Amino acid sequence: MKKLNKFSGNTVLLLITIVLFIGMYAAGCVIYSAKGFTHVQTFLNLLITNAGLICVACGMTCVMLTGGIDISVGSLIAMDCMILAYGMGVKGWPCIPLIILILVIGLIFGAVQGYLIGYLKIQPFIITMAGMFFARGMTAVICTDQISITQDMNPMFYKWANAKINLPGFLGYVNKKGKTVVPFIRPTVVIALLVVAIIFFVLKYTKFGRNLYAVGGNQQSATMMGLNVKATKMKAYILSSFLCSIGGICYCLNTMSGSVQQALGFEMNAIASSVIGGTLLTGGVGNVIGSLFGVLINGTISTLVTTNGKLLSSWSNIMTAALLCFFIILQSLFAYFKNRNNR
Amino acid sequence: MDPIKRITKQQLFLPFFCLLIVLLINLIKSPTFFNIGIQHGVLYGRLIDILNRGSEIAILAVGQTLVVAVSAGTDISVGSVMSLSACGTCMMLAGYGVNSTTQLAVPMGIGILFGIFLGGLCGAMNGALVAKLKIQPMVATLILFTAARAIGLLLCNNQITYIRYEPYKYLGNFIPGCPIPTAIFVTIAVIAIVSILLRKTALGLYIQSAGINSRAARISGINSAMICFVCYVICGLCAGIAGMVASSRIYSADSNNIGLNYELDAILAVALGGNSLGGGKFNLAGAVVGAYTIQAITTTLLAMGVSTDQAPVIKAIIVIIIVVVQAPTFKEWIANTEAKRKALAAEGGQKA
Amino acid sequence: MEQNELIVMRDIVKVFPGVVALDHAQLTLHKGEIHALMGENGAGKSTIIKCLTGVYERDAGEVFVQGVEGNVFNHSTEDAQKIGIATVYQEVNLCPNLSVAENLFIGREPLTRLGTIDWRSMNKRAKEIMKGLGISIDVTVALENYSLAIQQMIAIARAVDMDCKVLILDEPTSSLDDHEVEKLFDVMRDLKKKGVGIIFVTHFLEQVYAVCDRITVMRNGGFVGDYSISELPRVKLVAAMLGKDFDDLAAIKPEGEANISPEVMLKAEGLSHKGTVKPFDFEIHKGEVVGVTGLLGSGRSEMVRCIYGADKAQTGKEYMKGKEINIKAPIDAIKQGMAYLPDDRKADGCIGELSVRDNIILALQARNGMFKRVPRAKQIEIADKFIDMLQIKTASRETPLSQLSGGNQQKVILARWLCTHPDFLILDEPTRGIDIGTKTEFQKLILQFAKEGMSVVFISSEIEEMLRTCTRMCVMRDGEKVGEIEGDMTQESVMSAIAGGEK
Repeated sequence: MKKLNKFSGNTVLLLITIVLFIGMYAAGCVIYSAKGFTHVQTFLNLLITNAGLICVACGMTCVMLTGGIDISVGSLIAMDCMILAYGMGVKGWPCIPLIILILVIGLIFGAVQGYLIGYLKIQPFIITMAGMFFARGMTAVICTDQISITQDMNPMFYKWANAKINLPGFLGYVNKKGKTVVPFIRPTVVIALLVVAIIFFVLKYTKFGRNLYAVGGNQQSATMMGLNVKATKMKAYILSSFLCSIGGICYCLNTMSGSVQQALGFEMNAIASSVIGGTLLTGGVGNVIGSLFGVLINGTISTLVTTNGKLLSSWSNIMTAALLCFFIILQSLFAYFKNRNNR
Repeated sequence: MDPIKRITKQQLFLPFFCLLIVLLINLIKSPTFFNIGIQHGVLYGRLIDILNRGSEIAILAVGQTLVVAVSAGTDISVGSVMSLSACGTCMMLAGYGVNSTTQLAVPMGIGILFGIFLGGLCGAMNGALVAKLKIQPMVATLILFTAARAIGLLLCNNQITYIRYEPYKYLGNFIPGCPIPTAIFVTIAVIAIVSILLRKTALGLYIQSAGINSRAARISGINSAMICFVCYVICGLCAGIAGMVASSRIYSADSNNIGLNYELDAILAVALGGNSLGGGKFNLAGAVVGAYTIQAITTTLLAMGVSTDQAPVIKAIIVIIIVVVQAPTFKEWIANTEAKRKALAAEGGQKA
Repeated sequence: MEQNELIVMRDIVKVFPGVVALDHAQLTLHKGEIHALMGENGAGKSTIIKCLTGVYERDAGEVFVQGVEGNVFNHSTEDAQKIGIATVYQEVNLCPNLSVAENLFIGREPLTRLGTIDWRSMNKRAKEIMKGLGISIDVTVALENYSLAIQQMIAIARAVDMDCKVLILDEPTSSLDDHEVEKLFDVMRDLKKKGVGIIFVTHFLEQVYAVCDRITVMRNGGFVGDYSISELPRVKLVAAMLGKDFDDLAAIKPEGEANISPEVMLKAEGLSHKGTVKPFDFEIHKGEVVGVTGLLGSGRSEMVRCIYGADKAQTGKEYMKGKEINIKAPIDAIKQGMAYLPDDRKADGCIGELSVRDNIILALQARNGMFKRVPRAKQIEIADKFIDMLQIKTASRETPLSQLSGGNQQKVILARWLCTHPDFLILDEPTRGIDIGTKTEFQKLILQFAKEGMSVVFISSEIEEMLRTCTRMCVMRDGEKVGEIEGDMTQESVMSAIAGGEK
């Protein structure tokens, strides 16, 4: 028997992603070293600004593993932020009940979408698109203005948002004044990395996680092997919306505001992160580590664009879309060659 | 079959019925709803407003219907493509980086053709991804859903480009001396061209065959992939034309707002028109009536004080209801419960 | 139910819209027996199995399973698995993206004390299972990296490992080579010794005689007989499957006179499609009716699909009327004057929601090209002509095709091809699922076409039909063209050619 090629196309895709990230980051370091790109803090900022996206991308990966998609995430984040901002800023409610409320809304939102997709077998795109417009509209129903959360409104939330977790000093650098700047992360990063770890564990070591892969691999086979496909799909969408709610909280801690226009096109970033991270659109292949790198690539693009300063911010959207397009084409080329070899 | 059932079975029943209800609600709320007058030499009134404002949706719905029929998926990039086309045209007319102009850099016709061409180009890209690479339509169009708007911003150098040149306003407003909004003529022209294309060539037959059973269509000698590609290009062109109208209304290219949420309206129009989002047989007239129904709903909502940002909530609910009712699983469930009810009734009858 | 009976199915009826798929079928399986289930396509083999395993729910009839009280109703494959019925289908029902070990254990993974998946013991056990089947492979690699044959063995291993008392193998050998088949047979014999009852569905007669103890033959959804292997020699088996009593096989003379001109219509040299049909040569003259015969899965459909370009030929050359032609897609074949009535009417023929008229003119329109639309008046004329000529029973020409009965749908598809006035017509099972009267009409039509100078390739499961119409027959076996029969053709000679090997 011939030696098996363990180095399959999917591994190659993930490798391309990691190499791409390192390459991009290295290029950034070389070009913008004067602007402080080489500092550890720049990398940590990447994690801080994208903590929300990391959570959402994890949920998106789970949904995409089943062969579905969830484009409601961006709007759901806008709605979450608005609920937080409106609740704290206008109504003066405490933040913990609001956070619980948001998580519950995430669960319900996901359950409705999941039921319609899993049990009524409606195309996921249509349902989540309706969900997208629904959530965005609801944001406007709550309040059409932009609300900022200030320290006076909710000191606790403000404290969370500005909490710094310092890393060991040797990672820092000495600034012009001769003072050591210690690199730091924010609590949101801890939450995001925790989410990655948990989802990684769920996907690898639980029945539910493996069922996601099975459903995405071949839905009919999964049914024949006695798995409950409908419930698995529904759970995937619940998980996605729930993680999206967590991501929404992280996002809000970052922006400290709520508005209708918030997180526009966020679904695209989440999908792009997953796809760039090696999740197949057809389902069944992918993992959250890849998605984490996908998010980092996304973040690097926008950091590069902002560091440049002269480029328009829309460039980062275009770059992400172009990258998504590139990876989609790459995926179908891989699939094509695999098919040809099998025949 | 009893007459009521025969009427409700008609494909055009759903859109007309919805339109009727919306109009009726309006009539009850404000009896002046149907008044049409003439102000400053042009027609004026709510109905005219709906016909006028509904033009973009109707044009988009025409393209969207074909896409849905052939690929059982929707093109969600149409709103963004509208914005890109508008920006492209304004950029051509004003010159790059100019944010307001009264002098055109190139003849208006060239600018407009360029905008429509951009739309077609976007359609071609979507079509290539869907037809050749066999990517799910919505994922493929998601790329341009985000990117087209961003590219539009680039073309306009991140600002709103104003074309303060009188004839440019004609398309979205009025041609002097004509009391009817020009957009209505544009819509009629688009519908007419596509209808002629469908009637005079075999395109309609091809689209439906490829959409219903692409394997059988291929065996019968139809190039299904090509037909799919063509539909996406037509959809892109329609989005381009709609973008022209939208841009002309505000004689500018506002990349962030032109065509915002229009993809939802276009898809809803197709579904309301009695077309299955699962593809196959389609009805262009239904989609067009559906489009005006959507506009009537939007206008009504606006009149009731619901803002443009909030309107999608109601539309999203309508979409969900339509797709749930269309879903085979749901139909089966209804049929089963009906059968059970009948069986129970029969049993009860026997016992009695 | 007797002591050693594992499964008894009696009077099973299953009706699909418009078709009676099972008509009082029956099946009895004993302990420690390998039981072949034989029948032509559409005989109801798969349906009766699916009724047993819970994929379909039967409309009437009784099922008894040893160890289970009363009449058994399975509502899902899970239910069937619970009472010890495991199934391996022809298409590999595994997930290509998961590892071999996962595919063996998904749904019943070994867990650690914490309730997480115990990968180590799963991989270890998987390795043991595969070793038990004599296959040593890396079980941690994704399934898609292995050949179809190994995938099939893994599917079997999964079924076997579930401690079943009944194992159903639905055409599991179509993707296995001889060596692998032998391995499978060893596993089957081993299970038999352990008292497992095996239902074995296959089209390969050799395999039946190599491994089976009893044979149940089905035809047209009904039960033909339950024989022990020794009382049913090959030719009798074929006769039973095709519905002929071997004793009264009378020679059937072709009706009408052959009108074959020396002009060659189509010639194919070395055409092949990897995985379905091995390189073959084929020649047909003007006005000739050639039959292609062989059991289902022998490559008879694949052969004509290859000629027509429905499956693009990977090797070989084709000549039409002496000129070399290059066929990349069906449209090229249509432009050369070919027409192909596919055997899978629903998947490859019908555009169900479109009207009869649209369906009839579809191929003509495709040949004309998109911009030369057939005028509506002409469409109506054509549609009416064929509705009249083929006596298609339809409410009107605008009725959606899906509302017609199977036979009439078939006539509509035939009309689609006839209106292109083809020179070379391929008919793959045109008469399946059609009532007797229409069948005769079809045969008459075929002879009439030939008389008019058309060349026809005709495939049918019913040899009688082919004998009436064909002057020559190509015999296919296992994806290979094994020969041609000409001249004095009788049911007996054709059947032994199909069956191959010793009588």
